[in-house]
Parts: sequence; C-alpha cells; structure tokens
Amino acid sequence: MHELPQNLANGLMLGLMYGLIAVGYTMVYGIVQLINFAHGEIFMIGGFGALTAYLVLPSGVSLWVALPIMIIGGIIASVLVATGAERFAYRPLRTAPRLAPLITAIGLSIALQQVVWRFYPGATKARTFPHFDGAAIDLGPFHLQRNDLFLLVAAPLCMIILGAFVRMTRTGRAMQATAQDPDTAKLMGINTDRIIVIAFAVGAAFAAIAAVAYGLRYGNIDFAMGTITGLKAFTAAVLGGIGNIYGAMLGGVVLGIAESLAAAYIQNVPGMHQLGGQGWANVWAFVLLIVVLLVRPQGLLGKRVTDRA
Amino acid sequence: MSIAVAGALTLSACGERGEKKGGSEAAGGSVKVVIGVDAPLTGKLSALGLGIKNSADLAVQKANKEKTVPGVTFELEALDDQANPTSGQQNATKFVGEKNVLGVVGPLNSSVSLTMQKVFNDGKLTQVSPANTNPQLSLGADWGSQKFARPYASYFRTATTDVVQGKFAAQYLYNEAKKTKVFVIDDKKTYGAGLANIFQEEFKKLGGTVVGSDHINPDDKDFSAVATKVKSSGADSVYYGGEYPEAGPLSDQIKKAGAAVPLFGGDGIYDDEFIKLSNNNSNGDLATSVGAPVEEIDSAKAFIADYKAAGYKDPYAAYGGYSYDAAWSIIEAVKAVVADNGGKLPDDARGKVVEAMSKVSFSGVTGKVSFDQYGDTTNKQLTVYTVKDGKWAAVKSGTYSG
Repeated sequence: MHELPQNLANGLMLGLMYGLIAVGYTMVYGIVQLINFAHGEIFMIGGFGALTAYLVLPSGVSLWVALPIMIIGGIIASVLVATGAERFAYRPLRTAPRLAPLITAIGLSIALQQVVWRFYPGATKARTFPHFDGAAIDLGPFHLQRNDLFLLVAAPLCMIILGAFVRMTRTGRAMQATAQDPDTAKLMGINTDRIIVIAFAVGAAFAAIAAVAYGLRYGNIDFAMGTITGLKAFTAAVLGGIGNIYGAMLGGVVLGIAESLAAAYIQNVPGMHQLGGQGWANVWAFVLLIVVLLVRPQGLLGKRVTDRA
Repeated sequence: MSIAVAGALTLSACGERGEKKGGSEAAGGSVKVVIGVDAPLTGKLSALGLGIKNSADLAVQKANKEKTVPGVTFELEALDDQANPTSGQQNATKFVGEKNVLGVVGPLNSSVSLTMQKVFNDGKLTQVSPANTNPQLSLGADWGSQKFARPYASYFRTATTDVVQGKFAAQYLYNEAKKTKVFVIDDKKTYGAGLANIFQEEFKKLGGTVVGSDHINPDDKDFSAVATKVKSSGADSVYYGGEYPEAGPLSDQIKKAGAAVPLFGGDGIYDDEFIKLSNNNSNGDLATSVGAPVEEIDSAKAFIADYKAAGYKDPYAAYGGYSYDAAWSIIEAVKAVVADNGGKLPDDARGKVVEAMSKVSFSGVTGKVSFDQYGDTTNKQLTVYTVKDGKWAAVKSGTYSG
C-alpha cells in the first residue's frame, strides 16, 4: 500500500481535469436541460486554440510568458465554437422535443472532430503541446509533476471565481433565476437568451483551461482527445448532481480518484485478478456511477427536483 | 497530410498516363495490372501507413520504367483503412471486385488482416502484408500448441512473426541487457497482446521474473496508475506489446513516475513518432523490428536513393523496405505467370498469381525474399534498436535461430 499517496495524487489530478470540463455540462444542463454531447469537442478545440496561440508567438519564447496567451487563445476558440453551436445548432431547436437537440449535439461532436482532423495542419496525428520539462517534484510520499501545478492552482481558482460570479453578480443571480424557471425569469425582465449564451461561454472557457492542463500534462493533444475525456466529465457531472457547479467538481475528483484506485488495487482483490488493472479503469468508473445513481439518483450534491416540463 | 496523399497519387497517376501517351505501346496491347495497397493513410498510425503506400508505389514505378514484365503496365491503387478492421474488410471487398487487381500489399495491422484474409482468399486474390506479425495469420489459431495449419492460401507476408520477434526480444533483454525483472503491459489488441505473451513465456523460460503485468486501453491517455505500479514493483525494465501512439505517453509517464527503467517494445513502437510522443523521455528505450536496418543493407541503398529521388513527403518508416519487397514479389509473380502463358496474361490470372507467389525468389531491399509453406517470409532477421539522443539507433542485428 506504500504507493497509496501517489495513486491518490494521480486520481486527484485526473479528477480536477474532469471537474473543470464537467462544469460545462452541468451549467448548460442546469439552464436549458440539454446534455451538450459536443462539449468534449469544445474541450478539444480549446486545446488546439491554445496550441495555435503558442505557434503564432515568436519561437523560443518562454512558456511562462506564453502560457497566459495560450489560455486566452484556448478560451477564445472554445467560446466562439460553443456560442456558435448554441446560436445555430441548439437555439433553433429549443422548443423541439428534447431528443432533437441531443442528437444534434452528437452530430455536432462528430463534425467538430472531423473538421479539426481535416483542416488543422498535422492534426491527423497527435500534435506536440508545449510543456515544462524537468523531473517531478519529490514530496516524500508521492511525486508531483511540474505540469500538474497548473491544474492544482487553476481548478480551485476557477471554482472560487465562478462561485462568486453566480452568487454575487446580477448576471449570476439572473442565471439562477433562469435555471429555476425560465418563463417566469423572462417575465421578470431577464434576457434568458443572453443567460443561455453566457452559460455556454463559461462552460467553454472552463473546458479550454482543462485542455491547457491536459496538453501540459500529456505533452500532446489530438483530435480525438475529447471523446473519452468528455464522456468521463459528463459522468462526473451526473455523479456530482447535474446542475450543481460544485457537484461537478466534486464528482470529477471522486471519479478520478476512484478510477485511479480501481486501476491500482482491484487486481489485488482475491478472485478479481482478471478484472483489475489500468485497462479496466473505465469499467469501474461507470460501475461507480451506477452504484451512486442507485443509492442517490440525484447525484452527490444534487437536489431532488420535480420535473417541470 | 492530404496534400501529401494527393501529391503521391498524382505521382503514380502521372507515370501511368505518361505510358499511355506513348501511343504505340498502348496500341501494342499493354495490359493494365493494378496492385492494391491497404494501410492506415490517415489517423494515428498514418506515419507507418504512408510509408507503406509510397514504398509500394516506388516498386510499381520501377517495374514500369524498366518494363520488368513485357506487355504489362502496373498501376497502384491505395485505400485507407484507418487501422480499422471494418474499413479493411470493405477495402478488401472493393479490391476483389476490381478485375485488374492482381495483388494487394497490406495491411499494417494484424487485427485488420484478420477481417480481410477470407475475402481475399474467396476472391483468389494475393495478399502480401509488409507488417503483420501475429502468428495466427499464417499458422492458424492453434499455433500456440505447435499445430500449424495455414488458414488461407492467398496470404503472404514479408515481415517475420511475433513468435520470432517476442523470443528475440526476451533473449536480448535477459542475456545481453542483463535485465531480470520485467513488468509486462499490453494494449489488449491482436498484435500487442500476442507479442507480450510470447515475450513473457520466453523471458520466464530463460530464468527471468515477471514482477507484474497490466493492460491498457488504446483510447486512453492517462497511464499514471500503471506507471505507479511499475515504480513500486521494483522492475528493472518494462515490456510493452502495442503501438507507438500509446507507447510514447506510457514511456513518458513511467519515467515521470520516477521509474528510470527502459521500455522495450516490438516493431509497433519503432517509429520516430514514439520519441516525439514520449516528450523526449524515451532515451534508453528499446524496440525490436523485423529485418536488418534498411540503411545498412547494400541492397537497400538503391531503394533509399530512389525513395529520396521520388520526392515523397513522408518517410518510408518502419516497413518501407518490406512494402517495396511485398509489391515487388507480386510483380515477380505476375512476371512468372505471363512468361508461363506465352507472354500474355491468362484469363484466370489471379489464381495463377497465388500459385506463383509460393515460388517467388529474388534479392530484395530487405535481403532474400521468398515464402515458406505457410506464406511466411524465409528471412528471419531481426534488429534491436535503442533511443539515443532522441533518435533510433541499431544496437544488434541477428537471425533468430530458435
């Protein structure tokens, strides 16, 4: 068990990344009841946006200088695509049966992947993403990767800012009102269209930050990176209680740690040798989801709500 | 990438059109024979796939230029399988449906070949893979218990099998690199899992210990849990059965987890992309690949020079020499069939080409090319490579002798 701290740290990092992406699923669902399955691709676009920002900078520029510009580049790309998708793919279907926008979202996710694959130079293979070199930081019981420091700072910071935004600003309160009841909110003079766009944009910005963290962590990005990661983040959002922003982060961390522990230890349980290991991590992540939903259908932090449709 | 594909296609097309414009020759009854190529031309493994396509194209151009088979003009038709078994089968069906196709070079992946073999065999169409290494393809499903039975008469390959490669790797690691505690990982695919198994058995037989084993998903990118396991297992080396898109990040994450041990893999990781994807954490890592290093064989020098002269945008990669030889073996077989038939292509050319393949014997880019009774290459040469200063360098070349 001496590697337990390391496995927990591995899981935490993975979980913070899932959590950042999960915020996008949860906010959009909380306000328009749409599961935006293209969000994994919004995350991927954020990665390529950041890479583009890096590539247009003069070569040899320090990563410390480039990083903020990459984050901005990623956010711009993600937000543009997400709000564009909202305007042209989802808004026309807002009054349609719920299955229609869901299918649109799946179609959009495939389309976005193919567009990047086809038109981004060199994106048919994995592309190298700038990252910090150097050995991991030895903290005694576990190692911490230099590149993960970004995630460790960015994720809590983003959550604090978002929490304050939702609670303390007019727009944030308007968001809460729209989530509760869009029709009444409209009658109270809230521009719900604008609120929906903001929800998409905030989720996209978070996904872009997660994508920068992903690029730094793995050193490369590819056009298919959003598929599995997006699915996991969606799971995290459901696990935490979809609609709840803190739940998204909590669900992400729980999922990440569970995945990491399952990969490390289930193999050692007597009789489970064939069902353990890294190759089974995804299976156990979804087993966890099923178990939580059986016991607590609303998710960890979700509130039981009556269907308002 | 697409530009490169288009460019290469035009190249091959030009050669053919130029021939036709010659006028008198076409009138003289030049028959068009198509050699198919099936490989991943896009997607994660396209670095290897494009090398296969270009090298086969080079063989076709040479045969046309030198009029190797009088009265026959060769043409290349390349289809993309994206390393996907379903696409591979569709491509095979397409090739079988085209009357002019007399042989197909490919595919890259053993898992793709499994879906194509029967289609080719039913169509009596010769298939020569430059890269498949899974033993089952030529020796049958029971090869593990020494019961060899060739499943499809139309299947040939210029690459050696994993039986040879896995054992060769184990012997090198134990006897020469003096590693005794290995951690074995595979990607659960036909090629990777098979190779890792063969390696593991031989390593144990030699006296080494397998201190742990795990599998990963080819779609994943986070291998931190397995990297942590490697570190705490006390392994002095890692053997990975799989391909470079996962092997690169895996090597990176193992090193970052604090385990300074080399990762050893098969020909599936022997590519420059591996080094790139490992974020330069792969120095000291090892790979076996089939044959001697192409750069070091005399017969290969002309190939390399010609490849450069042809101006392909992508490198010939790990299987270039084998792909050239695969295409050339089809050309040789066609030549034999034409010669047997009084200088003309017979009506049942496909079946005749399959028969002629087993008698093909010539000196190719990778050495002497001929096939045994299972369709496997008789050339059992292998090389161990290591990553040195961010580049692959040959360490040891040898012929496997059991």
